[in-house]
Amino acid sequence: MMKRKGKYKKVMERGTERLLSASGAVTGIVILFIVIFLFREGIGLFRSPDVEKGYALYLNTKNPVEQLTPYEIKQIFDSEITSWDQLGGPNKAIRPYRVDDIFKEYPEEEWGDHYELLSGKLEEVIKSDPNIIAFLPQRYAPPVGADIKELPAKNITIAGFFGGKEWLPTATPSPLFGALPLISGTLLVSFLAILIAVPLSLGVAIFLSELATKKTRQVLKPVIELLAGIPSVVYGFFGLVVLSPAIQKIFHLPVGETALTGGMILAIMAMPTIISVAEDALDNTPRALKEASLALGATKWQTICKVVFPYASSGIVAAMVLGIGRAIGETMAVLMVTGNAAVMPVTPFESVRTIPATIAAELGEAPAGGAHYQALFLLGCILFLITTMTTVIAEFVSKK
Amino acid sequence: MDRKIKQRIAFTTFRIFSVSVVLMLVSILGFIVFNGAKAINWTFLTASPTEGMTAGGIFPAIVGTFYLVVGSMLFALPLGITAAIYTVEYGGETRIIRIMRIMTNNLAGVPSVVFGLFGMTLFVNKMGFGSSLLAGSLTLALLALPLIIRTTEEALKAVPDSYRTGSLALGATKLTTIRRVVLPAAFPNILTGIILSVGRVSGETAPILFTVAAYFLPHLPDSIFDQAMALPYHLYVLATSGTDMEATRPMAYGTALVLIFIVLLMNALVSLLRNSLKNKNSNE
Repeated sequence: MMKRKGKYKKVMERGTERLLSASGAVTGIVILFIVIFLFREGIGLFRSPDVEKGYALYLNTKNPVEQLTPYEIKQIFDSEITSWDQLGGPNKAIRPYRVDDIFKEYPEEEWGDHYELLSGKLEEVIKSDPNIIAFLPQRYAPPVGADIKELPAKNITIAGFFGGKEWLPTATPSPLFGALPLISGTLLVSFLAILIAVPLSLGVAIFLSELATKKTRQVLKPVIELLAGIPSVVYGFFGLVVLSPAIQKIFHLPVGETALTGGMILAIMAMPTIISVAEDALDNTPRALKEASLALGATKWQTICKVVFPYASSGIVAAMVLGIGRAIGETMAVLMVTGNAAVMPVTPFESVRTIPATIAAELGEAPAGGAHYQALFLLGCILFLITTMTTVIAEFVSKK
Repeated sequence: MDRKIKQRIAFTTFRIFSVSVVLMLVSILGFIVFNGAKAINWTFLTASPTEGMTAGGIFPAIVGTFYLVVGSMLFALPLGITAAIYTVEYGGETRIIRIMRIMTNNLAGVPSVVFGLFGMTLFVNKMGFGSSLLAGSLTLALLALPLIIRTTEEALKAVPDSYRTGSLALGATKLTTIRRVVLPAAFPNILTGIILSVGRVSGETAPILFTVAAYFLPHLPDSIFDQAMALPYHLYVLATSGTDMEATRPMAYGTALVLIFIVLLMNALVSLLRNSLKNKNSNE
């Protein structure tokens, strides 16, 4: 009896250990999964055609133009380019043509019961006009041959994504995925946030660890920690109702939702984190070092500058890096106060759109698996890489 | 004397910084509390939104957030706590444990919107849960996981080794030692971590945006495959997309106050726990 019980116990013991190790492995697996899913969807963007899926562009064979960039296609259909000579063709006006136009030209009876007659009609239209460019669904496409050519669809390029200055993901026929405005918007807002938050936070951290009385410290530390826990959407709401009208008034702007507003809200949100990490670092300076410096006749400020700061520098840098990481990844507050204009920012007083805000604002309307969806995942990958880098840097620095 | 003046300038600056930062942070809190308090009454907490979100209450959002917190903890707690027990009690300092720790830290730094993206592909699309309480809870559980692992690890490490060796010396197995000695001793600190992650989960918006949140639902969710309203998303909706902004403002202030109240409550619980722990320790 005793023996059996002992055996049972051993099996239990071993089973539990296995179970525990399995759950220990789960975090690793989760990270791996996130990486795989994000990148698989994201990289897929570079295998997507640069015109809408299922559609193609058709030209008359008399037209010498053989290739168009997505940006040129967009300009043609937005009537920003109106003549073929701007694209290396003859000096003739471009006639952009969409499938809707055929429905206007011919009465309903001539389309055929299942639209089977459309293709023939479209063939006639394109044949008759050398200056036409037709954007058509491939199911109704006219036969490509002696009179009609299809523009070869290229894939979206890496250079086009990272170097493109236009973010127009829902434009037809050619959506534009230029992430540069989003990347620079994110960097601008985060930079402003760090610019505001770091000096203030360091000041508060020094005050808390070196100057404040024990009682003040006991009151302030929990308050600051508490503020780190307040949901970002509440900060965003505050920014929306108080800060952005104030900024609009102070700087006489047409709208108050600017990069500066976003930077300020982010600074407020990042400060509690930076303060508590930096304060911990300052606090860890050995008392003996400080007292030795004071005993040599240095003032308290000299001691802080020359002894405490160098000793705590790695912790302070780690605090800053963590703050940057938080600022770059923050979504809701920024979405609510930056105005969300996907244009290249020039001054802090303009609306910008950050990477996380773009994902949050557009994912809902992007059809799953489409190029837009993939582009948003690629943005997620960028975000993931940036924050991973900041975590690794923070860890590396604080270990030193 | 020059350096004395320098010191005075520096210290005065820091004092001004501190006062202004604290004032700023407190005034944000005060602003929300002051404006929100006017909106909060019994109807606000127990009724559904009516008249295009300009009247009624936020009851479905409160219930939705409650479900999400419970759901996410259901997944994250067993996983996170057992993972932490493994790394601290069994793992030692092997390479795998180190890699796992880096991964956990990394996961903690991943922006919440990336969790939303991931949850949307994996749970909503690939696994076919659709936009549902289940998908939202799983996504939030992933977000809470690193927090729970870290706090539990720290709690376990804080238990003196003499407890373990003592128990083992008495002939207890490792499992018994963990269950009867280590876990009870670490429990208050583990609980602190749990409470903090509840606070975090209840306030997150970005991860639930595409995995569960509904703009408006006339009834409460009946199953884990239903969508639900949630407090943070409700505040976002009220703040940004109402038809009559002025009329929805009081509702938004009220919702913000409820959110802040949850955070305050969680923090109060934590400091209560810490204090009682301190008293207990000093009595021993």
